[in-house]
Amino acid sequence: MTSTLLYTVLILSLLGGVLAVVLYFIAQNFKVQEDPRIDQVLEVLPGANCGGCGFAGCRVFVETFINNPNRTDLFCPVGGNQAMQLAAKVLGREAREQVPKVAVVRCNGSCEVRPKINEYDGSPSCAVVADLYAGERACSYGCLGLGDCVQACMFDALVIDPVTCLPVVDEEKCTSCGACVTACPKNLMELRPKGPKNRRIYVACSNKDRGALARKACPVGCIGCGLCVKACPFDAITLTDNLAYIDPDKCRLCRKCVAVCPTQCILEINFPPKKQDTAHE
Amino acid sequence: MNKLLVSPAPHWYGKETTQGIMRDVIIALVPAVLVSLYLAGVSALLVLMVSVAGCVLVEHLIVRYMMKKKTTVHDLSAVVTGLILALNLPVSSPWWMVLIGCVVAIGVAKMTFGGLGHNLFNPALVARVFLLISFPVQMTNWAVANGIFTPENPLIPGFLLGLQGQLPDALTGATPLGIVKEGLANGVSIKALAAQHNFSYSGMFFGHMSGSLGEASALALLLGFIYLLVRKVIRPIVPLSIVITVALFSGLLHLADPIQYADPLFHLLSGGLLLGAIFMATDYVTSPMSPLGMIIFGVGIGIITMLIRVWGAYPEGVSFAILFMNALVPLINKIKPFPYQKEVKRG
Amino acid sequence: MSKTFSIGGIHPNDSKFSKDQAIEDLPIPKRVFLPMNQHLGMPSVPVVKKGDRVKVGQKVADPAGFVSAPVHASVSGTVTEVALYPDFQGKRVTTIVIETEGDEWLESIDRTQQVKQEITIVPEETFRKITEMGIVGLGGAAFPTHVKLTPIEGMAPEYLILNGSECEPFLTSDYRLMIEHGQEILIGAELMRRVLGTNVNGIIGIEENKPLAIQAMKKITANYLQWKVVPLKKRYPQGGEKQLIDALLQRKVASFALPISTGAIVQNVGTAFAVYEAVQKGKPLISNVLTVTGSDLSVQENYRFRVGTPIQDILEAAGALDKDGKLLSHFVKVVNGGPMMGKAVVNLQAPVVKSSSGLLLLTEKETKRREPGECIRCAKCFQACPMRLQPYLLYQLALAGRTEELDEHRVFDCIECGCCLYTCPARIPLLDQIRLAKNALLKNKRKK
Repeated sequence: MTSTLLYTVLILSLLGGVLAVVLYFIAQNFKVQEDPRIDQVLEVLPGANCGGCGFAGCRVFVETFINNPNRTDLFCPVGGNQAMQLAAKVLGREAREQVPKVAVVRCNGSCEVRPKINEYDGSPSCAVVADLYAGERACSYGCLGLGDCVQACMFDALVIDPVTCLPVVDEEKCTSCGACVTACPKNLMELRPKGPKNRRIYVACSNKDRGALARKACPVGCIGCGLCVKACPFDAITLTDNLAYIDPDKCRLCRKCVAVCPTQCILEINFPPKKQDTAHE
Repeated sequence: MNKLLVSPAPHWYGKETTQGIMRDVIIALVPAVLVSLYLAGVSALLVLMVSVAGCVLVEHLIVRYMMKKKTTVHDLSAVVTGLILALNLPVSSPWWMVLIGCVVAIGVAKMTFGGLGHNLFNPALVARVFLLISFPVQMTNWAVANGIFTPENPLIPGFLLGLQGQLPDALTGATPLGIVKEGLANGVSIKALAAQHNFSYSGMFFGHMSGSLGEASALALLLGFIYLLVRKVIRPIVPLSIVITVALFSGLLHLADPIQYADPLFHLLSGGLLLGAIFMATDYVTSPMSPLGMIIFGVGIGIITMLIRVWGAYPEGVSFAILFMNALVPLINKIKPFPYQKEVKRG
Repeated sequence: MSKTFSIGGIHPNDSKFSKDQAIEDLPIPKRVFLPMNQHLGMPSVPVVKKGDRVKVGQKVADPAGFVSAPVHASVSGTVTEVALYPDFQGKRVTTIVIETEGDEWLESIDRTQQVKQEITIVPEETFRKITEMGIVGLGGAAFPTHVKLTPIEGMAPEYLILNGSECEPFLTSDYRLMIEHGQEILIGAELMRRVLGTNVNGIIGIEENKPLAIQAMKKITANYLQWKVVPLKKRYPQGGEKQLIDALLQRKVASFALPISTGAIVQNVGTAFAVYEAVQKGKPLISNVLTVTGSDLSVQENYRFRVGTPIQDILEAAGALDKDGKLLSHFVKVVNGGPMMGKAVVNLQAPVVKSSSGLLLLTEKETKRREPGECIRCAKCFQACPMRLQPYLLYQLALAGRTEELDEHRVFDCIECGCCLYTCPARIPLLDQIRLAKNALLKNKRKK
């Protein structure tokens, strides 16, 4: 009886001792040397692992950020300027400011103005539809409404409005990570600067057809008439492939284009109700 | 105007449904169920009914009130689980034990993993093993089939009370595997045991073997097997590889020492081997998908079963063997199938 | 025992309800639409402009490179427009619209019914004619035929396989063609065989559910030493190039390799007929045969149509439209092609093209997809896949966007036959996602 006890204790102690030594050597030999600053920088970033910066994850981004002090394009869109400043502070650098951006939907064709002309019955995915055919609704450039962007959004910032059947961006939640931009097979999502007081103007259409065709497909689409181009006092609007585009860097938010657009496809966001004398900001 | 329907190709589909497959499995189980009813009458019926109803109810409650989704019981998979669980229990199982089995099978082994298609282990088997370990007395109380009512309470089926301790000795009996195991442990030879307990192969084949509900008749199980094959519900690879492995394994042992080891036929017909090989190892969700994987799976089950039967503490090892191999299925599924044709060049 | 391919496949009900309907000529449409992308490869370039008068058979578009094909006017009349028009899927394609006036053919075309049997032309001339007459593969993919007949260095053709398997359920156009024009098909095939080389052997593969066609072709091949008919077991997708080569020659085409790497070239029977007409009669590919069918037995026709006829016109002739010109209400889906690989039609005003082989009308009960269930890992998709892929796995990888693993699991081998989705008891949209992932990967690869 006592001998059994003794042997058990002995064997287990021996085993424990040997394993401890083995563990020690393994820990010594396979120690990973890592820049301690990586963890410090990671601490101040939001750590969403969304890929919005263009890297495979936060860690890779931070590594690149630390090792390339001269690159200007490294920016965490989720954390924004605030987080980047903190990160720069950890490394003792100057932060580079970037204009905060937000995703906008460049389609205005709600289900009301653009009724279904056929019934889709396959996988509920915009990508599959776009791969297959022109889509359920008349305009073949417009939103397919199956919500690939909503699926792609990690921040719950997108939701399909049940009334318009179009995705709606929640400005508060949107981090401009760009996941929706890659997800949309029709390339409808664009990251635009949030603008002063969150005010911005953009063309909510992506139709590149000639006027008559575009008009037939959707009454609120850009018909490429060029009225906005002429109306813009700052040369901010260009017309390519029958589609107007407002350059956010040049736009001064005067809203002249909004007034002249015959199809009302230029949207103004977060402006107070229009009065006669507030045309200029 | 009716709008045209659009979808990617193909535009029509086969008639098979998940529900249809489950229905086929249920039909395949009918012979075994009938045999158990014939042998044990109302007691068997009650075990079967409680088990099926319990499984369906547990699934319904969990899906409806815990997962807050539309109920999934119409896919009939819970019925299959219930039937297989019942067939794995002794006739004398008390009702509360069957119900615990249902909760373990559906609640623990199936729904916690996410329901149909996601479970790692065969639900009925998990329940059986759980019960076997938790209630060893009740689970090994092998009533010899004939008592519909207990002698003391002629109007109350023994099932309601739980038969243990109430049956006269003449009505309970050990399974052939149990007898052999115990006999060998006491140094009695196989031949002597066979003569003493009078078990014949024809009896085991046609259904006079004591054991759980579904183990009684090999013939009934084989009928179900043939039905499943004809309806192309299962492929014969897994059952065949199990049976062949067991036959080879036991055959070699028997050749080496006929006194110590029973012959292959005994091993094939006794215990839950056929029930397990035909209905539990072939469960889609918990078995490999490629033919090669199926062979590995079947051979593994065969070997482990024999190891437990011959050298293990339990007389029967099919359930443990299948559960063990279930755990390896994700790994086995990683084996890539042979390519259609090896690549010549990449362009 | 009849031959068949060795891996996977399914046995759908063949539903060939229209097999006893003789081929009829459709009336000449009032207007035809000739899209520029009727073949695989670069879209053709129009050579006519608005207001031009054209005759039947006159070239209206040039090929835009080697892998491309010319387009010919299928009616005589005036070109009213060269513009973007939505095709049957609603995608915009440059289209030549011709308003029909009379039926005036080019003099060079022999319009007699007489079969011109003797081959007087040299192979080089045959090849030139095939190229000029805009012949494309009529089995479905519409690959320009002359490209397939062009020799590739180091890969000598041994066999010319004529594909008469028509494994798609419902379709009967090839079947009727073989019964009614077997002689012409064989002359066309013989012309192609001579282009490939005199030592090339010809095999005609026909599935067993077409006994009359097998009989007819056997009778005709008796006079051609180099040709033989091989009956095949009924099984889908037997008509796939790789499967047909496997079935007839027991050779397998490797990933990314061309079928010619096994020494075999596959041509459809319809293509052979078109080659006959082009070479012996001087007639470009301006008409083809298609089946209008469905499980509604009242709409069962085999038509010879002029390329560019609006789908609406064909359905009207077949009696699938009501008085107001709308589709009969019990049909919910029109498929251009067969039920397994055909494409759903969105726009009935769009035309049928060179390679159209059928218009299939399906009812809601037949075609509406069920809500997908959970994968029960039955591996039926794996068993059905003729390319021995693991569709359930590819589906999961595609959903997760794990492109490298998709490549590793040979997603490029997928021939999009639809067996996996057909056979899935839970009706999981396996092929939808696999096809999408495959196309996206291909696009990426091309970019690189």
